[in-house]
Amino acid sequence: MTLLVTVFAAIVATVKWYKDAPKGEMKLGILCWMYWGASIMWLVDAVFEYAELKAEYFTPAPADMLNDLFLGLSVVALGLIIWLVRLLVADPRGVVRGALFQRKA
Amino acid sequence: MACFLVPATEAIVATVIRKAMEAKGVKPEKVKLNRDGRIETAEKLPFTHKLKWLTNLLWGGSALLAFEHVWHGEVVPWFPFLTAAADPADAAEMLHEMSTVGVTMAVLITVVWLGMVAVSGALENRALKPQAAKN
Repeated sequence: MTLLVTVFAAIVATVKWYKDAPKGEMKLGILCWMYWGASIMWLVDAVFEYAELKAEYFTPAPADMLNDLFLGLSVVALGLIIWLVRLLVADPRGVVRGALFQRKA
Repeated sequence: MACFLVPATEAIVATVIRKAMEAKGVKPEKVKLNRDGRIETAEKLPFTHKLKWLTNLLWGGSALLAFEHVWHGEVVPWFPFLTAAADPADAAEMLHEMSTVGVTMAVLITVVWLGMVAVSGALENRALKPQAAKN
């Protein structure tokens, strides 16, 4: 479930990044790299788990599934927070700088 | 248990290599592109930029996986930071997981990156080909 949530987040981020390109003001590339990197790593984790559990891997207990979903959503939220911090620090549109320094007429 | 440490280590090594290459300051190769009859000068994507794709994948993935390990109580904010490291039997299991799952993660990320480098190289060559044919 965590893998599935992260893959969907990676796909949505990549589509958004493509729509924003070539300007790339929103720095969505960071999100794409994070989510795709984690997706690839969790895919490996899933393959190893499948090799151990076989078909049982696809029928997890509801409690485990809920926990994995909760984890997946938390991972997506963490990724968004990292991206937001980097966006505000980079401040490509100068919005934060504009709010901090008032212009004199 | 601590599988993310292997790609994280690769991320450190790749970042050091990238920084060293950037410090050398190799200028990107300039090429001329023919776009709808107009000749444009463009810069070829330097290898350090492509290496950044790898470090981004490794750092991003490792960061989110580290969070997962905190979630499962496998990483803690006090010494020895990895709960499995406190017990020799668990430590052996952790090292086994790192050498199997962790190494496979690092290898797969690298393979995906090599694929991206190959595809981008092919796209660059395709963009330059009509120009070369005209010359």
